[in-house]
Amino acid sequence: MASQTLQSVPAEGTPGRQEISAEEAARHEAEGQAYFDRVMAEDSRIEPRDWMPAAYRKTLIRQISQHAHSEIIGMQPEANWISRAPSLKRKAILMAKVQDEAGHGLYLYSAAETLGQPRDQMMQDLMDGKAKYSSIFNYPARTWADMGAIGWMVDGAAIANQVPLCRASFGPYGRAMVRVCKEESFHQRQGFEILLELSHGTPEQKQMAQEAVNRWYAPALMMFGPPDDDSPNSKQSMAWNIKRFSNDELRNRFVGMMMEQVKVLDLTLPDKDIRFNEETKKWEHGPLDWDEFHEVLKGRGPCNAQRLERRREAHENGTWVREAAAAYAAKQAKKQAEEEAA
Amino acid sequence: MSPETPAGNVWPIWEVFVRSSRGLSHVHAGSLHAPDAAMALRNARDLYTRRNEGVSIWVVPADAIASSDPDAKGAFFESPQGKDYRHATYYTKSEGVKHL
Repeated sequence: MASQTLQSVPAEGTPGRQEISAEEAARHEAEGQAYFDRVMAEDSRIEPRDWMPAAYRKTLIRQISQHAHSEIIGMQPEANWISRAPSLKRKAILMAKVQDEAGHGLYLYSAAETLGQPRDQMMQDLMDGKAKYSSIFNYPARTWADMGAIGWMVDGAAIANQVPLCRASFGPYGRAMVRVCKEESFHQRQGFEILLELSHGTPEQKQMAQEAVNRWYAPALMMFGPPDDDSPNSKQSMAWNIKRFSNDELRNRFVGMMMEQVKVLDLTLPDKDIRFNEETKKWEHGPLDWDEFHEVLKGRGPCNAQRLERRREAHENGTWVREAAAAYAAKQAKKQAEEEAA
Repeated sequence: MSPETPAGNVWPIWEVFVRSSRGLSHVHAGSLHAPDAAMALRNARDLYTRRNEGVSIWVVPADAIASSDPDAKGAFFESPQGKDYRHATYYTKSEGVKHL
């Protein structure tokens, strides 16, 4: 709910804002902090108009808007394959999936807006290259099998990351994630099915599936973010009950799931170092190229420029639609006002 | 019914309420931007009912909703506090009596 815009009716007997002295403001701040701390300790939820620390608000705006941008940019590698999907059924499925990504972006922009950040500002920051989004969407989708690998591995990693976010301490974020997670499971299954059909097809099709898995494996693992000892914000996010598990914990858990599922596909993961550590009871994987991760995040990945250019182009192409809709609404409102006056 | 469109092309925010099936209330589903009520309803359909989640939708301009003051929730909701006798569970002497 975009609660920032709601009109609250002051309770009887409470002073208006203008009457509050500096002393009272300080007391209000201390009471707010105490309330916030209690909510954190009880693992309850913060709602938009509750008092919250400025850094908590800022962290959430950054995280939720980056998440929204990732959904919006994430439409591109797949939309690119709609016209080339191998059957009408596949086209319809892919269109539904791309439409879902747009929906997820909008749920998340709404959640961020409850913190007081206008959506237009967030979208502008994305187009200006000031905002980040998931590094994964800066890799190209080269073949039809990549649609399978993206669904299975990229959406799979996204689900592993997002399920714990359903319990994030900020109410609107958690609620948006519940909706997103429900829809993502279709995405992952359709991807798995694409790979399964290819891996049980001709030798060429199987090879195509294997190559797609090879391409997306490392970037998918890097979606969980840098290793724990190089993730400065993680500790604070966990203290605030936004993040529930560390990057490495989620990544290791994901590797374990992939190892089981890849057997059903009759394919392999391109990592000889994957093993289950009997001592720690955790899955381990081989080294990842974190220099590449940071390069892509800084905007120097294979598709960064192309993705942003396409986003700006789509926004510009939609200008006349937004203008026409606003003009029509204004005209109708004027007409209605005139009729009421008459 | 149309709220003021702010300067530029920034569409106003609408709150969306969806009735998931007959016999249930409309429940808040989320919010969206739209230039007018007709577009808000269409956007709400596309955004919040892509999988048959609803049989009816309400859209309300966000700035038309009045809300209680979050900073005064203690005082505002004070009245029911300590009035356990408003709940059936307060009355324990009748325990074991059937159909009560």
